[in-house]
Parts: sequence; C-alpha cells; structure tokens
Amino acid sequence: MSVSSPSEAVEAVEAVHSGPGGEPVLTVDGLHITVAGGRAEAVRDVAFTVHAGEAVGVVGESGSGKTLTCRSLLGVLPPGCEVSAGSAVLAGDGGAVTELTALDRRQWERLRGAELGAVFQDPASYLNPALTVGRQLAEPLRVRLGMTRARARERAVELFASVGLREPAQVYHRYPHELSGGMLQRVLIAIAVACDPRLLVADEATTALDTVVQAEVLDLLARLRDERGLALLLVTHDLAVVAEVTDRVLVFYAGEIVEDGPTQDVVHRPAHPYTAALLRVASLGDWNRRELAVIPGRPPEAGQAPPGCRFADRCDFAEDRCRTAPIPLTRTPGGRRVRCVRAAELTPILTAPPEEVPA
Amino acid sequence: MTTTTGRLIDPAPPAPEKTAPPTDRRALSVSGLSVAYPRRHGRGAGESVLRGVDLEVTPGQILGVIGETGSGKTTLARAVVGLAPVVGGRIEVAGIDVGGLRKRELRDHRRSGVVQYMFQDPLRSLDPDLTVADLVGEPLAVAGVERAERRARVAEALGRVGLDADALGGRIPAQLSGGQRQRVSLARAIVTRPALLLADEPVSALDASNRNHVLRLLDELRRDLGVAVVVISHDLSSLAGIADRIAVLYRGRLVEQGPTAEVLARPLHPYTALLTASAPRLDRDPAVRRDRPGRSGPVSGEAPAWAGEPGACVFAHRCPLAEADCRTQPGGSPHPGERSAACHHPVTTSADRLARAPRATT
Repeated sequence: MSVSSPSEAVEAVEAVHSGPGGEPVLTVDGLHITVAGGRAEAVRDVAFTVHAGEAVGVVGESGSGKTLTCRSLLGVLPPGCEVSAGSAVLAGDGGAVTELTALDRRQWERLRGAELGAVFQDPASYLNPALTVGRQLAEPLRVRLGMTRARARERAVELFASVGLREPAQVYHRYPHELSGGMLQRVLIAIAVACDPRLLVADEATTALDTVVQAEVLDLLARLRDERGLALLLVTHDLAVVAEVTDRVLVFYAGEIVEDGPTQDVVHRPAHPYTAALLRVASLGDWNRRELAVIPGRPPEAGQAPPGCRFADRCDFAEDRCRTAPIPLTRTPGGRRVRCVRAAELTPILTAPPEEVPA
Repeated sequence: MTTTTGRLIDPAPPAPEKTAPPTDRRALSVSGLSVAYPRRHGRGAGESVLRGVDLEVTPGQILGVIGETGSGKTTLARAVVGLAPVVGGRIEVAGIDVGGLRKRELRDHRRSGVVQYMFQDPLRSLDPDLTVADLVGEPLAVAGVERAERRARVAEALGRVGLDADALGGRIPAQLSGGQRQRVSLARAIVTRPALLLADEPVSALDASNRNHVLRLLDELRRDLGVAVVVISHDLSSLAGIADRIAVLYRGRLVEQGPTAEVLARPLHPYTALLTASAPRLDRDPAVRRDRPGRSGPVSGEAPAWAGEPGACVFAHRCPLAEADCRTQPGGSPHPGERSAACHHPVTTSADRLARAPRATT
C-alpha cells in the first residue's frame, strides 16, 4: 500500500545518494514473527533502521531469526510463518512510503525488483533454467521501466558489465547452467539492481562462493553502494564478512536483537556476552593449530525461550537478576543498543584479547 | 539436551581393529596422480581433471586441501576411494596400492572401511528413511561385523562425536539439526575405525560455533585414534586451527603445499597469496582487503594472449606476476616433503613487485 507521507515525517533530503546518516530507507519497528501456524514466536520485537547508502549486517547462529526477519521484508516468509505485529516501512521516491507488512501478492510483485532487490544463497534456484540470463534481466527492464526490446538489451549488457562480468555481450546469450556460481550470483545481483532499488537484501549471498569470488562479490556490493547510494541489508552467519563490508551490525539471538552498533565498535568492543562469543568462534585470520573456541549449549527453540535473558543459560556472566524478567534493549552512548543488564561492567572484560577470554 | 559439549571423556581410545599402522607408514601416499573422465562421445580419456598431484598424509595428521569450484579437490578424494578414473600415477592407502586392486579386491578394500569418505551435505547423503543407529551401523554391516558387536560400536561412535545413542538413535535425519546431521555423518565415517578419513566440505553448511564443534571432533579423532584426515574445503576458515599441512589446488594442478602456518602466512604461489588476502577476517582494516593483489587479474592491462594455451601456467590468465616464461607450466608438482610452489616467480622473490600486496600475518 503506497501512501504519501505526512509532510513533516519524511523530510526531503537533497542528496538522495548520501552516505550513512542519509534519510531512512527502511524502518522496522516492533516486528514479531510467529512460526508453526502462530503457535510459537520466532522473532520478537525487532526494531532497526537502514539509511540510504548504509550497509547493515545481520548476524547470528542458525535459528536466530535473522533470515525470517529478512524474508518478511521481502514478502517471502515460508508457509506457516507470519508477521503477527509491528511494522516495516520502506521509503520510496518523492516521500512515498510503503508499509511492507500490509501488502498483498500483487503489490509485492510490483515492489520486489523495483524498489526492493534481493539476492539469496543459491542463485541457480532463482533463475529460470530454460531462458538465457540476458532475457531474464531484460524482461524486468521492459516490463517495469517500459524500455524497448533493443534498449533493454543494451541496458542489460551494460548492467552485466557493471557487475564485473567479462564479455557481457556473450554472457547475455548464456543459459544459467553455462555459468559458474560466482557468475550466476553476479547475474542475480544485476537483476536485483536493474530497476535501481533503494534497498538490496542479501541473505547469505556469498556463503557458498569460493573465497576469491566471495571477496569480489563483496567488493561489487560495496561499489554499488558507493555509486548508487544503495542501502544494503547483509544477512550472514560470518561475522568476518560483516566486519569487512558493513557500517552497522545487528546481532540476533533467539529471535531478538541483542546488540546493535557501528560495526568496528561492536567487533572491537563487544558489549553483549553473546557478541563476544560469536567473535571468539569467528575466523580470526590466525591459521595456526590451536584449540578452537565453541559456544557451549544450544539456543532455545522458538517459543521455549526462558522468561529472562535468552542467552543466560550459555552465558559465563549470568546472575540471578538476568533470569527473572525480559531484558530491555537499552541505548548506550555512541549510537549503540545492547540487551544485557551487565553491559557497562562487562565491556572491558569482553574487550580483552581473545586468548585471555575463557573459551 | 541431546548433545554433549566440550571435550570428550572417553578415557581409553579403542585400539584400531587390525594392528595400528606403524607410525613411519603413510596412511595416504599419492604420486603423480592424473585423473580424466572419459569423453562423452567417442573413445579415450577427455581433458584432465587432475594432473601430476603428489600428496602424503601420515597417521594422526590432518591435511587441508583447498581450491575453488572445479579445481579438482573432490575428484582427488573420489580417486582415493576408487570412484574416479585414474589415468596416471599411484595411490597407496595404508600401504595398499589401490590402483593395483582387481575388481573383487577393490570391492573388499572399499568394504573393509580402511578408508572412509564423508560426503558434503549430510541432508542429501544420508538415507532419509533410516534411523541414526541404522545409518551409523551400515558400514559395519557391509564389513560383515556381527549384530551384537555392531550395537556397541555404534553407541561408541555416536558417543565419540558427542551424540547420545539412546536419545537420538531412533531418529531419522529430518529430525536432526544441521550440526547433529554432520556429527552423524562423522560417526558413520569413523565407526569402521578407518586409517584414513576423507572429509569433503565437512563444515561449510554450518554456522561458526557448530563449525568449530565439528573441527574439534576431527582434531580429537586424529589425536585419540591416530586417524589420518584429509579435509577438503573451498574456505580457509574450515581449515584454520586444525590442519597440519595445506595443499592448494588450482585448475587440476597442485600449485603449493607445506605446513599450514607457512603456506597461509607466507604464500609462495600468487594464487595462494590471492586466496589468503581474499579471506574475510576480523583483525584487519576493511580498506586493506580491497587492495589485494591480482583481485581483478593482472596488475597492468590484459592477461597475455597465450594465457589460455594448454601448456601455459594454469594461473597465468589472472596472475599479476605472469611473464613470458609462464607460457610453460612450471615443471613438477610441489613435493610433499618440501615447501614449494609450482611457480616461475614465487612471491618471496617478487616481493618488490607485490609491494601493494597485503601480507597475511607477518
């Protein structure tokens, strides 16, 4: 549903393509998602904002709710899952805003690919094996932007070149099975950005790629962001990827945001014990033989979270007061938020070099 | 809780079935290995998938094999278990020349469980209708182990990978989490007490914490049981912390091998240098990664016209250091005993030309 915004709500910012700190592109507030036909809550009270030109990382273990959250923003929740409360507002051109949680299927189809681009882990399964990749890129250009056949082809070749595909005119005529995984992921990115969306959601988009190709695709996303002011929501379980390409990181645990802040601050000075645990198990760039750290225990299943802090059972620093009532996500200085009652006293301890933290 | 965490407390590691291979014996020895799949049409072997590969793994050692999609790393493992057409070279597993085995001998060798292959993607490689206990017991049944002994060995193998046989033995794969499925695959692979375990992308589908759990299990297996382990991966983080040695494959050729810390911290081959510089990591200024060498092909201009020729160095088409002599593939494969790279211009002697290259951890 597109409605024009109240005049004072979204102030027209002159430089649309400004860096982080530009106008908000996506504003998520109080988002709850239920699974198993509404019987269990898998995402609870998630709120965050993505600004124009900003890259936001979403990290967490499998089952933390990060993928459900991002799928709800794309209208592709799996069967049995639904948004039970909250809002997700996408700002469009000229101050128009769209409430994503209220769209029907036809409205989604108009929006996806136009204002909202998406890239997933397995590019081959999102492309039609029977059509050339060029045609799959030219089609949305003709349908959505009203280009002629010839102009759409020309533009498609330009887009293939801009995502770093060599010999783009030849690639245009290739079928998906003739291209490698890294090339397909670039094709998918070209399709995702073809209609100049304001927000690109990448869900584990580089996880399955070879190391060198992964680095190239991450470079590409960073370049698109610089050139087009594209806002990026990067969902991954690899904190090292987030550390290298995002401005801001949201740490998910058991369906909640437990920490949010500028990426380099969070990575170097974690405030939540769970973030510190994720950092301990991440790839440190230390290739020597050593005892690898693990996070003991498992996260609670959806709907079976304890009443207090959901990480308390796996936390080295949990006290009685952590277990009694839900812990609020509290704002702290430096534009950060953390869901831990002991954050202030723990930050110096958690910031200690990894080898000094008990594994 | 169905999983135990931390270190396993099985006090007495069971002695391997037959006498353990003497420590001077290599669990795996590969020399001059070439593999080519038959042409789809016509006769004879097609283009080589692997050419002249030399490798060695001793009992209790972990070898990491790294390479990109299509580099031949999975073919290497398949050749070792006799599932890929070897056209040249020699493979010895625990002293047995695999290539010399006739049909029945080869079958018996496979069934003995001396070498086990752990496939990628447990969701697809485990039979969805079998219970965990059946899945883990199957290799023993194939090897002809009695039912009563099988039960005990299954429980022992599940215990070793941190799964509770009583709680999980009756479940089917769909009722397990990704980390648990990967442990079931591992239990199935070690239940025959193999001398050699080939693990193909054992952790690439897991998040970081589960990844480290499984890597620690592999580390314990080699330490407690003396298993020789080959871990195949496209991703350096799947090898970090456990591999003793690293072998780097590029387009079917072994381009570099040596002790892990040396190969990854001071790579000799330009491809290895590109690989280590590309791996995402936490302890680096994000801007530095974008300046990695050879990230978009040769530093100056286009790749040489001959770069695609059959005899040229396999990496020449994207190498920042390629010169005229790279038109011939550097002779010989890096030998297991040495620290070497198949390169005319190893990075160490070209440090000035790679001045912009970020060094890994020096």
